[in-house]
Amino acid sequence: MTSNDRAIKKFKAGVFTGRFFLYLFLIMLAILCFTPFYIMIINATRSTQQINLGVSLIPGKAIAENYRAMMNSLNIWRGFLNSMIIAVPSTILSGYFGALTAYAFSKFRFRGNTILFWAVLGTMMIPAQLGIVGYYQLTVKLHLIDTYWALILPTIASAATVFFLKMYIDANVDYSLIEAARVDGSSEFRTFNKIVLPIAFPGIATMCILNFMFSWNNYFTPLVLLFDKNKFTLPILITLVKGTFKQNIGSQYLAVTIAVVPILIAFTLFSKYIIGGIAAGALKE
Amino acid sequence: MRKFSFKTNNYGYIFLLPFFITFLALQLYPILYTLYLSFTNLSAANPQGDFIGFGNYIKLFTDKFFLQSIGNTWRIWIFNFIPQLIFAVGLAAILTRDKIRGKSFFRGVYFLPNLVTAASVGILFNVLLGWKDGSINNILVALHIIGEDAKIHFLARPVWISSSVSAILWWMWFGHSMILFMAAMIAVPRDLYDAAAVDGANAWHSFWKITLPQIRPIMVYVLVTSLIGGLNNFDIPYVMGEGQNLGGGGPMKSILTMVMHLYNTAFTGGRQRGYGSAIAFALFIIVLIFSLIIFRVMFRGRDTENPRGV
Repeated sequence: MTSNDRAIKKFKAGVFTGRFFLYLFLIMLAILCFTPFYIMIINATRSTQQINLGVSLIPGKAIAENYRAMMNSLNIWRGFLNSMIIAVPSTILSGYFGALTAYAFSKFRFRGNTILFWAVLGTMMIPAQLGIVGYYQLTVKLHLIDTYWALILPTIASAATVFFLKMYIDANVDYSLIEAARVDGSSEFRTFNKIVLPIAFPGIATMCILNFMFSWNNYFTPLVLLFDKNKFTLPILITLVKGTFKQNIGSQYLAVTIAVVPILIAFTLFSKYIIGGIAAGALKE
Repeated sequence: MRKFSFKTNNYGYIFLLPFFITFLALQLYPILYTLYLSFTNLSAANPQGDFIGFGNYIKLFTDKFFLQSIGNTWRIWIFNFIPQLIFAVGLAAILTRDKIRGKSFFRGVYFLPNLVTAASVGILFNVLLGWKDGSINNILVALHIIGEDAKIHFLARPVWISSSVSAILWWMWFGHSMILFMAAMIAVPRDLYDAAAVDGANAWHSFWKITLPQIRPIMVYVLVTSLIGGLNNFDIPYVMGEGQNLGGGGPMKSILTMVMHLYNTAFTGGRQRGYGSAIAFALFIIVLIFSLIIFRVMFRGRDTENPRGV
């Protein structure tokens, strides 16, 4: 064996060790990301005594017990339904009106187009918490306090959706199609509904998934605006487990599991759109 | 064919109407109304609210909890953001440059914690971090990292609970930032790297000299959005801490954030909505100042590189 061969062999071994540690690191990090969810699911099936004794990787048998204890004081399915009642209309409204607004900015040359679009962009920087006290007082005056409307209606004006969809319509909706529809005598509104919406649908779907997740995960605004226990959304109900089952940790885990598992399933189905949507939104900035 | 001489382009205004009516009535008006309320003493005891000028803003400087909450919010954000940035940029470079098997698997798993409701994550870690019987302590004992009698009282010590919140935020957000950096790195033109390789640059050099400058706009985006989110931090610190109550702020109020203080002030107890409004605007001013500083610092160097602004 020449010294050159030896050097190559040594080099290859070095690359191999480097790769090995690289993968080890990546896998450890993946475990770190998933383990809390795994422990959560396992502990949801174990009794409080078992949980206190130590960590286990095998499910227990106490899931029915935990479920009964949880349902006695906390109707989690009601929270599910409430979250749906808010998230579904919010998603549809933000998607539809977001697309309509984006279409106006993208294809109509009216005075003030650019300035108004910059105004929309500016509002993306303003956090929801800024106007919360004023919004609360306003909903009291309008008798919208403690109703779902207070949470649904503002989603008509979703700046991020408009921003993303304007880029999408700019790139994908050809002006000649709109012209052709006009020649055919289609009204402007009909052109939007029948031609622009279907073409922009993939972009709208991406934004709808993100908006749905946002509404589903939103904790602060519902916490401020809802009082009636029967109207509480899932995140609010989940945080109540802290006080409700102080002694029953298995039930706490079960409640969180029921809230989290649908998201994990949805993610495995939609991950491509979610990741693509997030990346595209930032890149266009 | 149209009877009215309504210019086609003016339909743009009609299509904008729903958005702008909603925006003006339900978003902008509440913000301006909050600004007005911040100059009143509106509260449960004073439902009409008298105009008191800058009284609330002056009060902020003597409000011990508010001053503490500024420090807490910054500390929690910074100790999450620095490791977040390092992991996100590093992993993005590894996953885009090196030929990694299971690239999309890793990307998906790292991103996963970001999707789960923050409030649920907070509750989950609050049980996991329990003292005597908490799963994290049990794991640390099982791995012989700590002894049975040395279990860490995560939720009762200010340092531990504050670091825990930072760690949870890191856990939730490094994958999200990584995805943004990956998208930016893929968009860097290949020939820049090829040219550098011809000049004899190794991977390390081209990372510092090409990749980092090229992804600067995304860095600014991540930094500013993370700062805005971080200074408005609420969900996780609100639900964490020992005992049953929510919003307690942990031992010695060590995880009381600015928005928690705003919530506690305006929507619990004496419902001091006027003063709560002032907290909201003080927070907004802080966010605004730091966002502007970031934009200035990050883009100043760039102007000198491209004098005529490309």
